[in-house]
Amino acid sequence: MPGMGMIRGLWVTLSTMFKTILLPKKHLATVNYPKEKETPVPRARGVIALDQDACTVCMLCSRQCPDWCIYIEGHKEEQPPSKPGGRVRVRATLDRFDIDYALCMYCGICVEVCPFDALFWTPKYEYSELKMGEMLHDMDRLQDWMETVPDAPALESQ
Amino acid sequence: MIEFITDLFANFWVSLGGKLLLVALMVPLFGMVFGFAEMKLSAKMQSRIGPYFAGGRWGWAQLIADGVKFFQKEDLIPAAADRPVFKWAPIPVLVGTVALFVVIPFGPGLIFYDVSVGIFYALAISSLSTIGVLMAGWSSGNKYSLMGGLRAAGQLIAYELPLVLAVVGSVILAGTMSMSGIVEAQIEAGYPYVIFQFVGFGIFMIAALAELTRIPFDMPIAESELVMGYVTEYSGFRFLFFFLAEFANMFTMSAIAATLFLGGYWLPFIPESTLEFAGPVILMGKVFLLVFTMIWFRWTFPRLREDQLQTLAWKWLIPLALINIAVTAVFKVAF
Repeated sequence: MPGMGMIRGLWVTLSTMFKTILLPKKHLATVNYPKEKETPVPRARGVIALDQDACTVCMLCSRQCPDWCIYIEGHKEEQPPSKPGGRVRVRATLDRFDIDYALCMYCGICVEVCPFDALFWTPKYEYSELKMGEMLHDMDRLQDWMETVPDAPALESQ
Repeated sequence: MIEFITDLFANFWVSLGGKLLLVALMVPLFGMVFGFAEMKLSAKMQSRIGPYFAGGRWGWAQLIADGVKFFQKEDLIPAAADRPVFKWAPIPVLVGTVALFVVIPFGPGLIFYDVSVGIFYALAISSLSTIGVLMAGWSSGNKYSLMGGLRAAGQLIAYELPLVLAVVGSVILAGTMSMSGIVEAQIEAGYPYVIFQFVGFGIFMIAALAELTRIPFDMPIAESELVMGYVTEYSGFRFLFFFLAEFANMFTMSAIAATLFLGGYWLPFIPESTLEFAGPVILMGKVFLLVFTMIWFRWTFPRLREDQLQTLAWKWLIPLALINIAVTAVFKVAF
């Protein structure tokens, strides 16, 4: 019958309204932020953390970032040979590793492409600033975010 | 003391000043109350809370805070805008709304001025806002606002006719065009006119929704397509005028519908001696029911396309309204 869809729509809105007023705990779709916060899902993408010891300055993350928001500078250091009389070893160390979260689009390509597992997702999302410049997180701040990285899920064999 | 006050207000100029002051207070007050009701009710219909922060748990101060915010904003006028027209555009819209308050009967004898052709005056004044909309759309210097303004003009003019024709049925039954006269005729008849004039009531409510450019008739504003249509370039207190005018107009259209069809300030089983005090309360109750229906429709229905809108007005509502008038006239003469 013409018009039944409209009446059904009206009934949906009216019943949602009464359900939300009378039984808020069950039917409310929003939480009272900042008094209550929803826990993010296990693989939630918040901020990206850096493990400086694992990074070998291969620059893959910076090159693959679609937004070019990762800034890396490094230098090569000489280290003593593994055996006495052997070749001098060269190790690349980080001078600067900044991620500009004003540009970052949270695609995760840098985390996926890192061959040495130096970048990790964390579920933390409350880092907004009043100045745009402070959205650039430097090396030490990214290392601090490592504390918030959740544990990896157990392997199937364990 | 009471005698002093009644003598004071017997003076024409003092009572005029008092009435003007009362209207000036009522318009923003009703605008804010119904705006807040819309915010809360629409939120509940969407499984969320609505304003809860401003003014404690209920968030009742939200619109007062919004009003203050709009007032203290910078008065932006686009460089390409037509300055005098841009500044004066909110005035016809507001005047068209505020002037309607004059003929709404809040109780027996509680009317600002009982114009003997009350409903005729009300419908004529309410069509003033069309010019304000056109002025706003044209002077914004923005092609999207212009499109919104032209669509608005077409829609508002098209729905004037069903609005006027729907009312004629009630006027025929009452025998008078004065608003308080129509309520008194319903009291005398003992039933609200909606029982026989349900067609007219339906047409009036649909046409009123279209006159207010509310969804499902909000092509002029088309929030998801034209930003805000003819109101896009307005900020600060000029936007506040349009915003308040819309909500105050919701009140006046609902009050007119309540007066003409639902019996105004009268309920069948209320003793008439208490109507002086209970009248405004009863009218507000009916108005709130109608405003709730308008809000309910807004958050349920999708938007009508411009040609669907015009088809509805010209091909369906006007013939229906004319048939309604003919049938009412026949029944009035025959019975």
